[in-house]
Amino acid sequence: MSFFTVDGISLQFGGLKAVDDVSFSVSKGEIFTIIGPNGAGKTSIFNLISRLYNPTSGRLSFEDSDITEVPPHQIAKLGIARTFQNIELFENASMLANLLVGRHCHATTALWQDMLFMPSVRRAEKAHRRKVEEVIEFLDLQAYRDKIIAGLPYGVRKVIEVARALCSEPKLILLDEPSSGLNVEETDDMSFWIRDIRSELGITVLMVEHDMSLVNRVSDRVLALNYGKVLASGTPSEVQAHPDVIAAYLGA
Amino acid sequence: MLDFIQQLVSGIALGCVYGLIALGFVLIYKATEVVNFAQGDLMMLGGFFVFTFIGLMGLDYWLGFLFAVCGMAVFGMATERILIRPILGYPQFSIVMATIGLGYFLRSIAGMIWGTDDLKIETPFSAGVVKIGDLVLAHDKLSVIVATVILCIVLFAFFNYTRLGTAMRATSENMLAAYYMGIPVKRVVSLIWAISAAVAATAGVLLAPITFIHSNVGLALGLKAFPAAVLGGFGSIPGAVVGGLIIGVIETLAGFYLPQGWKDVMPYIVLLVVLLIRPQGLFGPSMRKKV
Amino acid sequence: MRFIFKTDYDQDIRILKHSGYWWSYGILLAVMIATPYVLGSYMQSQLVFVFIYAIVGVALMILTGFTGQASLGHAAFLAIGAYTAGFMQSLGVPFIVYFPLAAVLTGIVGALVGFPALRLHGIYLVIATIAFAFIVEEVLARWESVTHGNEGMRVRTLDLFDIPIARDSDAFYFLCLLVLVGVTLLALNLLRSPTGRAFIAIRDSETAGKSMGIDLATYKVKSFAISAAITGMAGVLFAHKMTFISPEMFTLLLSIEFIMVIIIGGAFGVHGAIFGAIFIVMVDPFLTALKDDVPVLVSSIASSLGMAKETAADLRDDLSRIGSAAGLKGAIYGLIIMMFILFEPYGLYGRWLKVKLFFQLFPLYKRATFKRQKTYVKSERNR
Repeated sequence: MSFFTVDGISLQFGGLKAVDDVSFSVSKGEIFTIIGPNGAGKTSIFNLISRLYNPTSGRLSFEDSDITEVPPHQIAKLGIARTFQNIELFENASMLANLLVGRHCHATTALWQDMLFMPSVRRAEKAHRRKVEEVIEFLDLQAYRDKIIAGLPYGVRKVIEVARALCSEPKLILLDEPSSGLNVEETDDMSFWIRDIRSELGITVLMVEHDMSLVNRVSDRVLALNYGKVLASGTPSEVQAHPDVIAAYLGA
Repeated sequence: MLDFIQQLVSGIALGCVYGLIALGFVLIYKATEVVNFAQGDLMMLGGFFVFTFIGLMGLDYWLGFLFAVCGMAVFGMATERILIRPILGYPQFSIVMATIGLGYFLRSIAGMIWGTDDLKIETPFSAGVVKIGDLVLAHDKLSVIVATVILCIVLFAFFNYTRLGTAMRATSENMLAAYYMGIPVKRVVSLIWAISAAVAATAGVLLAPITFIHSNVGLALGLKAFPAAVLGGFGSIPGAVVGGLIIGVIETLAGFYLPQGWKDVMPYIVLLVVLLIRPQGLFGPSMRKKV
Repeated sequence: MRFIFKTDYDQDIRILKHSGYWWSYGILLAVMIATPYVLGSYMQSQLVFVFIYAIVGVALMILTGFTGQASLGHAAFLAIGAYTAGFMQSLGVPFIVYFPLAAVLTGIVGALVGFPALRLHGIYLVIATIAFAFIVEEVLARWESVTHGNEGMRVRTLDLFDIPIARDSDAFYFLCLLVLVGVTLLALNLLRSPTGRAFIAIRDSETAGKSMGIDLATYKVKSFAISAAITGMAGVLFAHKMTFISPEMFTLLLSIEFIMVIIIGGAFGVHGAIFGAIFIVMVDPFLTALKDDVPVLVSSIASSLGMAKETAADLRDDLSRIGSAAGLKGAIYGLIIMMFILFEPYGLYGRWLKVKLFFQLFPLYKRATFKRQKTYVKSERNR
């Protein structure tokens, strides 16, 4: 069985089929991209994977275990982290606090220990901070360590969200439109980071993206969706040459 | 059986009172997502206005009624301008606290101006009764029921079928976007406060013969009308009235059939149970944040 | 201005970040310890109320300020703590047992209230807590075998290891101070640990928190339970301070006063709870002064400025009539709440920070530093 598999998954809102019998699998160390016009069901698939939505039918499996029924807060612990399309950071906290929340799935201390701040909590805190500093170093975020998120520019927040996901030391990271709202330079940086996440940290990347030049530069394989259905999958150039995909984008 | 029907009817009348106050809550919430905890106190103020016009100045009932409603509409607008507009868009709880502060202030000021005695006015509905078989219905209660039904229908139609109503709904959904679409947001918000205060005044005037006018009457009734609005699913006009009816009927029946003490808590117990089963109230739509 | 170079993770983790903190909090503690020997008994008694309100303030800060769950039912938790103390004491249970017991019991009730909170948001939650408080009030009035109903209940003098601690003794003052300091440390510890960060995460984005591995249910219940337990402790102290408790002391108005504590103090830091408590408790002595001293003062100034004696006396009578009008307290409370929300939304602690920054940056302070960005209503229904 492969690293991560989506098997015949569907999601229905009332009469609308947001995701319709989608299957694909991602192998370890791959950068896998989902493309498709607006409303094609890309983000819905992410929400299904991070278990915010319950699928109407189909299975999800990760590292040989079935995760279709796992509650959402345990997904991070299994090693799947995500970012959000419209940025869901903790606005009124510092960046450091945000990244430390990313470490939450590794928290081991009990409530009473936290309340009394036992030596074990202090030790754990230091370990968390060490890991967070590595991520800050990796994504070049030193300047913002103690800044409150609410005052930071959009581009920086986007990177911080990636950083928060990395802090949980995931095996699979889901990036929901990492380049949306970024300028050309920032998009370039993002493409380098995405490749580094794979090559340096060894994390498998599954992303949703609209910017085709970014997709071409980083992805190993691409899946095209429209109206919740799979149109095509394969290498970036294969998918872009596929007649159905061209039709979906140009509306022919 | 007759007892039951008699109780049911007075429960419905009481429920309409709650519904009428709840309507005021819902209007403001629907247009601005502001929850006005001072709604009951606006009603109380309406009652005092009508007492001033009719009881002290000796005006005709209907003229006094009209003056009180207009006076309260102006008062509502002024409140919006002074207190609400500067903080619109702040966290919901800050605004709730501001209106709680307003309530404190109004109660205290009303007590200073009009004293702390129970006041009463003579109205055309004060004494008469209607008899259907053995059933006795007082005019003052009937007037509340009729007014509630009329107001509910008018307001429902206003929100759903007029341009202004649509503009108000758009404003609550996303104020900035409404602004960009050319909706005069400030005027819309101030208008809704005027309407809501006018509805409160109507409730106050209709209640005057039933409950007496007292500076704390608003708080007492407001705290029952509030669960009514929540029960109906805040933001639904028919929901407010249905919620009010449920609370009113339960309260009256509990007072009649259950041991002493249940009357006051029963509405809250029902509220908690309903919220546990349907967190968005009976008529509220279930929605969730998109990510 | 002080520049701090961080060379160690401990520097971030410590509660007292640098030597300046040691100095200022050390002096504060010394002043608080010296106070009973300096101030009169009335002010000392007011300070005890400040401590009790501050304890509740810290509890609410954890729940409302950090977890973002509003509650207008904290008077009920206070009542449960107070009645537990009264009842246990009448059974002959020693203080050292019923004090923690009251905390645990209130904590359990708090956890039960937390369960509906899992599904309720914003205004629905506020209403649910109000409903809960009403039910508790009614139970207290009806459960006569335990609470003596509306007649109320006498609470005997606190007895710690057979040493009686009277309600207005120095020992009681220090006991309350000790509990406040303990509770504050507890709250600060929570804030620098994973639990506290999970609370903040829930406040700011539930969805993101969930995806980061935070179990919303557990943490919301924890927050409610901790907050309630702390309030229960305050309840025990409250009962002993009042020596008499009855259901009508624990109404919605008291819950509103508690919320005022954190709004006036500033709902984003533990300091705020203490500033707010000082403010709220001191409204009463201020009103007394308004009634007694101000009219005399004004009329004597007026007559010294050449006003006729009778008019000055009339003025004094008018002013004292306004000052002692029934319900003046309500109007002043209302005005205070509205003024704070309109003009000082970050509360007294926020003002403190602004003043501090002004002096640190002098003369480069910019008013715009704390300017609020323009905000627009956006529906909170879709959350």
